[in-house]
Amino acid sequence: MAMSSSAETAAARRRGRSGWLLSTPALVLLLLGAAGPLLVVLAFSLLSKGEYGGVALPVSGQAWFEIFFQRDIFDGTISPAKAHLAIFWRSVWLSLATTLITFVLGLPTAWFIATRPERQRALWLFLITIPFWTNLLIRTFAIMEVIRNEGLLNTTLIAMGAIDQPLQILFTDWATLIGMAYVYLPLMVLPLYAAIDRFDMRLLEAGYDLYASRWRLLRRVILPIVRPGIVAGCILVFIPSLGAYVTPRVLGGGTNMMVGNFIELQFGQARNWPLGASLSMALLIIVMVALLVYVRASAREGRDG
Amino acid sequence: MTAMDQPSPADQAIAADHVIKRFGDGDSVVRALDDVSVTIAKGEFFTLLGPSGCGKTTLLRCIAGFETPTSGRILLSGRDITREPPNRRRVNTVFQSYALFPHLTVAQNVAFGLEMLGKPRAEVSRTVDRMLSLVRLDAFAARRPDALSGGQQQRVALARALATQPEVLLLDEPLSALDLKLRKEMQSELKRLQHETGITFVFVTHDQEEALTMSDRIGVMSAGKLLQVGPPREIYNRPVNRFVADFIGETNFLPALVEDGQVRLTSGEVVGQGQGQGRVTVAIRPEQLHLALPGDGGAIPATVEGSTYLGTDSHVQLRLVDGSRLVARVPSQPSGDLALPAGTQVGLRVAPGAVQVLAD
Repeated sequence: MAMSSSAETAAARRRGRSGWLLSTPALVLLLLGAAGPLLVVLAFSLLSKGEYGGVALPVSGQAWFEIFFQRDIFDGTISPAKAHLAIFWRSVWLSLATTLITFVLGLPTAWFIATRPERQRALWLFLITIPFWTNLLIRTFAIMEVIRNEGLLNTTLIAMGAIDQPLQILFTDWATLIGMAYVYLPLMVLPLYAAIDRFDMRLLEAGYDLYASRWRLLRRVILPIVRPGIVAGCILVFIPSLGAYVTPRVLGGGTNMMVGNFIELQFGQARNWPLGASLSMALLIIVMVALLVYVRASAREGRDG
Repeated sequence: MTAMDQPSPADQAIAADHVIKRFGDGDSVVRALDDVSVTIAKGEFFTLLGPSGCGKTTLLRCIAGFETPTSGRILLSGRDITREPPNRRRVNTVFQSYALFPHLTVAQNVAFGLEMLGKPRAEVSRTVDRMLSLVRLDAFAARRPDALSGGQQQRVALARALATQPEVLLLDEPLSALDLKLRKEMQSELKRLQHETGITFVFVTHDQEEALTMSDRIGVMSAGKLLQVGPPREIYNRPVNRFVADFIGETNFLPALVEDGQVRLTSGEVVGQGQGQGRVTVAIRPEQLHLALPGDGGAIPATVEGSTYLGTDSHVQLRLVDGSRLVARVPSQPSGDLALPAGTQVGLRVAPGAVQVLAD
């Protein structure tokens, strides 16, 4: 008995070892490709800026200080770095708005696809993924063509007589929002589709039979059950939105920067690598805190429910 | 016709009035319900029985409101509800798949309908407790459906559908997913629940034994038509046609001649009285055939072809002199059974009144 059980644990240990062995390539890649560079960025954020870019000793908290505060170059008074905070705030609200818009548009779309006959679904999913075939930059310029003052939208509206002056959408936050919603919509639709596809449509009849209205069915039956898909979609849209670079750069113009553009600016023209590195880390921390808050909230809800 | 056959309007729970349901269009049109009319009394346990695809589930779905009849009316307590959506009908369904909400606990599942009806919290929790003890699941209130066995899930589905005190409870083959022992248990459980709640049950099944043991009345369906409606004994003993006789229980079909009210088998013997004239088919249940000695007066001569021991009785396969085959059911004897090797010559007696002349 004792022997066989020790043989069993040995076998289990071997299985455990071979499991580790199998995941080694992935672990090495993650270590070298993600954790390593991240440590470098963290280190850069704690150094001083070099004369012509790059970093230099001594170790300093100056970059982290600069994210939040600025020192007047004449009298040395310290005040909050309003411009930086505004950029962070714009990034967060644009990302939240993008997530909301893609959800509101994506849910009916995913529902529509999931309720098509089996053979048609592949075609619809295929259509959803077509935008991925084109380079992001080209898609973004295409959006620009649509919304610029002499673009498709404005000329059509003027021709229809709905407006007599072109709407200034390009180079505003609205342009960034439209662009991001367009770019990230498939990332919302696909996980939602996967969740709705697993949803047992017979539950709708059960709820309808038990006196639920359509709205109540959505709130009380559909949304709670497809929630994992909603969460996945929101994470997939919110996080890349927060770090978006191309879309705000092309559509938002030079003044409507998001964090991604601001970071790029530090490593480029501004030649302030430590600030760029500390901004990168700050962005990472925001994402992690957001995820943590979410996980805690959903765990609590699971316990209460 | 008994009094149960046509309940007076005040006692009507559900009535289907010339209901026709067609699916598809053009050449591929299917008549799922072909002019079905039936009236179900308040407090009745009514079973719709038929093979799969006979339209029994479609009729149930018309009553529930998931399907709208192509023509005809559905009445609930005499009121026309044909075009009312399911969430407005005081009719609940126990689904074949149970369709329990996986994200809710047992208690929350049972509470769902009550909450949708806007009942106050205290009343909801009181009713939920009462329902759970009615189906003997008090201890499982906080579990999720996926942590329950099939039989327990079945009870939750029942409690959920009964909680709102519907006028009619529809049960769509609710026992088909259970194993035999559990099925028997749930059958008596269902009878008990119906008795205790006094709610009208409309039960759909393809299992004739289930239908016979549970129902006050049975409606036998085939190809979208309601062939016969009546109490189990009537359906079993007086089937209106060959389909009903064949579908309910085991039956021997024999060609026969009717002359002046006398039914004569083609082998020559007169076996009973019956309506009609000329060539007909008669049905005789295996248990209505009794074995006798070959030369016995009036017994039909037959040859044993084989027998199957079934515990409480044996099925004896027989051949008549004209070559027609039939089966007799012989009760087992405590002293051991008669040896009936193939080739044994026996006599057959038909119990009085056992011969049914079928309309075909």
